[in-house]
Amino acid sequence: MAHAHAVKRYSGLMDWLTTVDHKKIGILYLIAGGFFFLIGGLEAILIRIQLWQPLNDFISETTYNELLTMHGTTMIFLAAMPILFALMNAIVPLQIGARDVAFPFLNALGFWTFFFGGLLLNISWFVGSVPDAGWTSYLPLASPTYSDGHGVDFYVIGLQIAGIGTLIGGINFLVTIINMRAPGMSFMRMPMFTWAIFITSALILFAFPALTVGLAALMFDRLFAANFFEVGNGGNAVLWEHIFWIFGHPEVYILILPAFGVISEVISTFSRKRLFGYSSMVFATVLIGFLGFMVWAHHMFTTGLGPVANALFSIATMLIAVPTGIKIFNWLFTMWGGSIRFTAANLFGIGFIPTFVMGGVTGVMLAAAPADYQYHDSYFVVAHFHYVIVGGLVLGIFAGLHYWWPKMFGRMLNEGLGKLTFWTFYIGFHLTFFVQHFLGLLGMPRRIYTYQDNLGFNNMNLISTIGAILMGVGTIIFLVNIVVTAMRPKDAPNDPWEDGRTLEWTISSPAPEYNFAQTPLVRGYDAYWKEKMDGNSGMTPAEPIGPIHMPSPSILPLFMSIGLFIAGFGFMFSNYIIGAVGLLVTFGCMFLRSIIDDHGFHIEPEELEDKGVKA
Amino acid sequence: MSAHSHIDGQLPHEPEKATLEGRNKVLGFWLFLGGETVLFGTLFAAFLALRDQVGEGNPTANELFQLPIVAIATFILLTSSLTSVFAIQALHRNHVKPMIVWLIVTVALGAGFLGLEIYEFYHYVHEGHGFTTSAFSSSFYTLVGFHGAHVAFGVAWISILIAQTLRKGLNLVTAPKLYVAGLYWHFIDVVWVFIFTVVYLMGKVG
Repeated sequence: MAHAHAVKRYSGLMDWLTTVDHKKIGILYLIAGGFFFLIGGLEAILIRIQLWQPLNDFISETTYNELLTMHGTTMIFLAAMPILFALMNAIVPLQIGARDVAFPFLNALGFWTFFFGGLLLNISWFVGSVPDAGWTSYLPLASPTYSDGHGVDFYVIGLQIAGIGTLIGGINFLVTIINMRAPGMSFMRMPMFTWAIFITSALILFAFPALTVGLAALMFDRLFAANFFEVGNGGNAVLWEHIFWIFGHPEVYILILPAFGVISEVISTFSRKRLFGYSSMVFATVLIGFLGFMVWAHHMFTTGLGPVANALFSIATMLIAVPTGIKIFNWLFTMWGGSIRFTAANLFGIGFIPTFVMGGVTGVMLAAAPADYQYHDSYFVVAHFHYVIVGGLVLGIFAGLHYWWPKMFGRMLNEGLGKLTFWTFYIGFHLTFFVQHFLGLLGMPRRIYTYQDNLGFNNMNLISTIGAILMGVGTIIFLVNIVVTAMRPKDAPNDPWEDGRTLEWTISSPAPEYNFAQTPLVRGYDAYWKEKMDGNSGMTPAEPIGPIHMPSPSILPLFMSIGLFIAGFGFMFSNYIIGAVGLLVTFGCMFLRSIIDDHGFHIEPEELEDKGVKA
Repeated sequence: MSAHSHIDGQLPHEPEKATLEGRNKVLGFWLFLGGETVLFGTLFAAFLALRDQVGEGNPTANELFQLPIVAIATFILLTSSLTSVFAIQALHRNHVKPMIVWLIVTVALGAGFLGLEIYEFYHYVHEGHGFTTSAFSSSFYTLVGFHGAHVAFGVAWISILIAQTLRKGLNLVTAPKLYVAGLYWHFIDVVWVFIFTVVYLMGKVG
């Protein structure tokens, strides 16, 4: 059983470039996703500065289109999803009592493809031709006829590479959750966050391949003169809309379901109560995931699909309000009668509920197809989706980051600064987007770079811009909090909130690289809380102490992604030699991965003690 | 427990599922095939939406397709699926040599299929049915070409696995790899059955 394989252990930068540890990959996702979040936020503030007064000439119309496109694309694909991946990497294996994810190597590959896809997309700013056809990249605007230059090429190739990483992550977490739960952790004992990630991963698996095909078809149209969307040669521009939204609508649930999961954990912990209606919560999550695939055409009510299609998609969309409502009431009843602690994390959690309800209500309004003809392409839509994405997802992310920061980094974030972050961000958010409902109802169209005076838009746009700057201030306070926290000693205890209910709070903060020295035995929902209530100091181990098998670090995921990055540039600029070299690097690394057996290494019982502290 | 400490000839009944790594690999691969199904489903949808957009003066599907050659290609690919089943059966009986032989037959049949497809495409281009001719031609080449690329990848992949198995033998590391390659091969076979029906037979009828 003992193994004498010499395994290279790296340190410093090489450690981060070669790591296959899900906790370190989670931190990498957080750093990269946070970086792109700042870029996307900066783009948003530039947009708002341009719009603060009528006929402003702060930026040109071309730059505005580029900022608008890159803001949406960056925030959805390169900021929101990676930060969610950060949380799921850092927490899900711990919550199910697993030592690792199912595919540590693929996990690293997923991160690096996301990172290099995002890098490729953003290098467009330096090349000087930036995607400018909107984050939905509708045809014919995105066709080679109307978007010459390489802007949209960056979009299709960058997202294609980043999408590979997302798909890999989805499969990895599905298998991890199905196959690697600790003994006793049945599906109906899984924490709500894990359930949310499970359903999210299934959505990723079945939604992202549609985007892959759509992006490939658009790439063929643009680079190889294919005719998928070229109406003159028999192509069909509406086909793009269908493919994009068959992916795009599940995508919004991919974003929001993990936030639902975070909120469930945070509210339950800080109400010191079991989550109300756990099984109905699971049911609602599954149902939202299922219905999410049935409603894509509500983005296309004004495309002209006809009254029957519009009516069916309208009803299907409204149905989603039912499981969502179940969740809202469950959170309220969880707090009901609980002894609530208003920590920064819980402020974000509680603030989430009314904000998300507002986004949900405007969602049902938009689902009414006849009314949608009025709202369509107006600021009402902008207000709606920012209420669900910022007011839902971003507040959920902030709640999760404040809640799990000690488990990820071993240090508690400063509570005072955390509360300040909440209030500035929360007030700024509502200032920015609440007025946009009325701007939309007054008829201000979205995606315009300026507007005339005397239309009644001036004051509300000014308020919106002030709010956006306040959100920026809130984000900066959060960054200050990170810096302040990083300078304090690494002293967070195992269960820093003292009310931890789930398995991640039974191990040290941050978790050791093998997570659990002994796999825990799970005896019920809220496994750790149950042990606490039974008067036990910790979990009952399900196995004796023994050697722990660990996967070896590898540089190949990085090189595979660099290969795709090079190939993307090669094909974009019709330099097929460079394109082929890039693909050769990627396939060469795949070949090496196949033929070289990864035996990993073992951590022996006597090493457990001294390694226990380090992450 | 450890994947390489066993002695050849003492493999468990289903070696691909004997380790957690193996079970993860098999389940993960099934899920991956679920994603692939959506991928090909979208390609089929795009093809069905565009297949009548032939454009004036260009050859139609009915004029273009020669069923005999497609039928031969179908026969070859379906047979290769059968031979891959024989290979996996040999794997389960721990008979390495017959398994290698059946895998080589599978790869050879796959290569034969690819040869026919390349010939077919070459022929179509000469008939005036290029990639950029019409929406029909673009979606046709993309759908059938994606499948062809999958076959080519499978041929290369299984060849590498054959070489690995010859060097390392059949063990708890190589068995899951061979098993999922078999799953992959069946999948591209099933996709081809749909292509044969939706693209070629419906193209001849409609």
